[in-house]
Amino acid sequence: MSRLVVEGVRREYGPVRALDGVGLAVEPGELLTILGPSGSGKTTLLKVIAGFETPETGSVLLGGEDITAVPPARRNIGMVFQNYALFPHMTAAQNIAFPLEMRGMARTEIDREVVRALDLVALGGLGERLPRQLSGGQQQRVALARAVVFNPRLLLLDEPFGALDRKLREAMQLEVRRLQRRLGLTTIFITHDQEEALVISDRVAVMRAGRIEQVGRPPEIYERPANSFVAEFVGESNLLFGTVGARKGDDLEIGTEDALTVIARGEAPAGARVGMLVRPERLIPGEAGRGTVNLFRGRVLETVYVGSSHKFRIRLDGGRELLVRAPAMAERGAPAVGDGIAVRFAPEDVHLFRQE
Amino acid sequence: MSAAPMRGRSRTGWSRAVLRLACGVIYFFLMLPLLIVFPLSVSSAPYLQFPPPGLSWRWYENYFGDPVWIDATVRSLGIGVATAVVALLVGVPVAFSVVRGRYFGRAFIDRLALAPMIVPAIIFSVAVYGVFAKLKLIGAWYGIALAHTVLALPFVVIVVGAGLRGFDIDQERAAIGLGASRWQAIRRVTLPQIRPSLVSAAVLAFITSFDELVVAMFLAGSQMTLPKKMFDNIRMEIDPTIAAVSVLQILLIALAVVVSQRFGRRIGTDATPK
Amino acid sequence: MAAAAEIARAGSGHRARIERRRQMLTASLSLPALALLILLFALPVLRLMGLSIEAGTLQWYQKALSESLYLQVFWATFRIAAIVTAVSFLLSYPVAYLLATTSRVWAALGFVFIVLPLWTSILVRTYAWMVLLGRNGVFNKILIDLGLTDQPIGLLYNELGVVIGMVHVLMPYMVLPIYSAMKRIDPSLIQAAEGLGAPGSRIFLRIFLPLTAPGIYAGCVLVFVLSLGFFITPALLGGGHVMMIAVLIEQQVHEALNWEFAGALATVLLVATLAIYGLTRGLMRGAAEESA
Repeated sequence: MSRLVVEGVRREYGPVRALDGVGLAVEPGELLTILGPSGSGKTTLLKVIAGFETPETGSVLLGGEDITAVPPARRNIGMVFQNYALFPHMTAAQNIAFPLEMRGMARTEIDREVVRALDLVALGGLGERLPRQLSGGQQQRVALARAVVFNPRLLLLDEPFGALDRKLREAMQLEVRRLQRRLGLTTIFITHDQEEALVISDRVAVMRAGRIEQVGRPPEIYERPANSFVAEFVGESNLLFGTVGARKGDDLEIGTEDALTVIARGEAPAGARVGMLVRPERLIPGEAGRGTVNLFRGRVLETVYVGSSHKFRIRLDGGRELLVRAPAMAERGAPAVGDGIAVRFAPEDVHLFRQE
Repeated sequence: MSAAPMRGRSRTGWSRAVLRLACGVIYFFLMLPLLIVFPLSVSSAPYLQFPPPGLSWRWYENYFGDPVWIDATVRSLGIGVATAVVALLVGVPVAFSVVRGRYFGRAFIDRLALAPMIVPAIIFSVAVYGVFAKLKLIGAWYGIALAHTVLALPFVVIVVGAGLRGFDIDQERAAIGLGASRWQAIRRVTLPQIRPSLVSAAVLAFITSFDELVVAMFLAGSQMTLPKKMFDNIRMEIDPTIAAVSVLQILLIALAVVVSQRFGRRIGTDATPK
Repeated sequence: MAAAAEIARAGSGHRARIERRRQMLTASLSLPALALLILLFALPVLRLMGLSIEAGTLQWYQKALSESLYLQVFWATFRIAAIVTAVSFLLSYPVAYLLATTSRVWAALGFVFIVLPLWTSILVRTYAWMVLLGRNGVFNKILIDLGLTDQPIGLLYNELGVVIGMVHVLMPYMVLPIYSAMKRIDPSLIQAAEGLGAPGSRIFLRIFLPLTAPGIYAGCVLVFVLSLGFFITPALLGGGHVMMIAVLIEQQVHEALNWEFAGALATVLLVATLAIYGLTRGLMRGAAEESA
């Protein structure tokens, strides 16, 4: 269990800055997810931490020791590759034994550790199979066992579930989480799937264009994104931009670009340009009593039935479109395309952020 | 719309039949020389005669009974094996180097390694002959093997290079991340996985040498190699011993090809439909 | 600030150092092959070429390019190479077409017929052609038995025999690139043309032929260039009556012991070969990979 600190890491490929001054700290035993679209630099960052890439500047510290110049073979970091990178000519057991052999462990001890690792990932009895004789999920488990069998100081997972179908993916997410907790492994998990990031992580770091945009616990990232990129990348969102007007008690009156007036809870000086996020599930369909703030009227453009909920795209009378997610209603009660509709939201459900 | 089925019929109709017939004749043309040596080799006639008047194993006995033939065969086998070994020892590293490297001069080395395939064999043979004559290397089997290694190198670089390009480099990274040194990773993970390419490259190198005449003609001196002995025989005294040797050679090469198809990357038929 | 800049510099230097060391290591892997190729290939070939101008004059080139005896050899070499290329193409295109359009099983069988000769010793094949084409050979016997001729006709020890033997050796190098060019054609393209009402001959001339042009080009260059340097087939099937450059070079070295002239001839042959390859760089590699 070691603390990982990344400081001011830069990596350039010609004119392209893959990593543009990345700083990050992962606490002992913590699972931190690096979330970002493809090309955001997350895989490069992982390679720098693993030692397959050397940064132009910056340093990587593991357990207080500067490992920037330590070759990957001596970093004692376990890694699961995107395509697993299982050795196809070795059995599952031989794959798992490989890192122990490289550490010169005695044969009997290796055999014992391999059996234990196979049991750990619930693959007992499949040790003699070749990777191609295993299912995708089983290959995944072998890769995981191989990455943790030598008690690494850090575990790196590079989009490990990308090739799995949805059901298996969700099962593996929970399993990895359990295993990581049980072993108390400091872990970095890479994904471009925001839902996966929210499910699996202690904390999430959102990356864009070689920079880390925000680091925080999943609810923080979802509820209080630092900017519009994070807001849009994580979950579905309604983003409004405007200028702060008069203060009304705890609330601010904000005039948006599309000439709406929104009452939002928060702090910002009058005249400031701000962005506002309202998640679709915070929008409540239906009329309300007098004096209700943030009540808007429009027409239903599109409805999507998702099973547990209904999604509506509506156009307000001023032309602005909003996304609404409401708990599933009986089919008869649900608004249809073209119906008039009213929606409202509470001032405290508006998240304010500085506009870039 | 109604014209389409008609065209479909005509395509499998007479024009297709003509095409098949033409190709059948061409296939026959290609296979004929290979097939003809089998009956010739078991002919009882002392000179070239077709069809053979009777059956006899005497030409095989001739071959196995003649120490010159056997010497030449053993020498060629030895040179072939030595060529394959040296070509791999030299060719596999250079294939790694040109596939993995990003250094200045890489393209030049790549070209140079393939050049022996392009330069006519006669030029290379005469050139090496000139140098080896000065060094008193004419007649030395290892001189021929070294020259054959030059000729085999392009095949090794192409086949092993293709194997390396198809190899997932994350495998090697994974091994290193798990604690292996670069050499351990290559030995335990990379080489076992490109083994088919290595087998094919070795077989190709062996055949390149075993079949090679022009270089041997200049460098062998009085030390016969099998192709040189065959060449001299064909020129001097055509008797069906050469047919028996041809049959044996076809069988040996067939065996080598079977080995490389079984254990190697598919070669020669790489263009077959998958 | 200054400290940060220093760390930055140090880091960058470190990175560059590691990268340099790795590239040096990778480059050094080519050293044994490089030594072999330079000492046993490049230098000897350059030395041979150098011999031709050792006297400080171009007299050997003058001899090669002015005396009619040698001009005839060059002419014969190019003529035979051109004929071999043309005949190989005419035989290969239908075969490649059949292979590309027939069922899997038939194509696999067809490939056996193409590749098996490729794997058989040239000497064995050349010998077999001598048996087939000779005065008392199989073909003449059949012709006489059929009453088509009463005298054996000359199929061997002339240009015809050489061309037959060379086409047999080189045809696979023509079939493979043309075949892979045909396989790369999107079948829906042909279907689209059919759907637009184009007749079969038009589809072939306007679509299929142009799309296979790169393969034809690669195959023709390969066969032509390989033909220029051919030695075994003309030496045996020509029986001393067909003189090609390679045979002439061998004679100059083995019989006339005229190294200077051999060097000049080799230079001419090499320059011709490289010039033709130079025009088609890149095609070479693909074709070689297919035939390897």
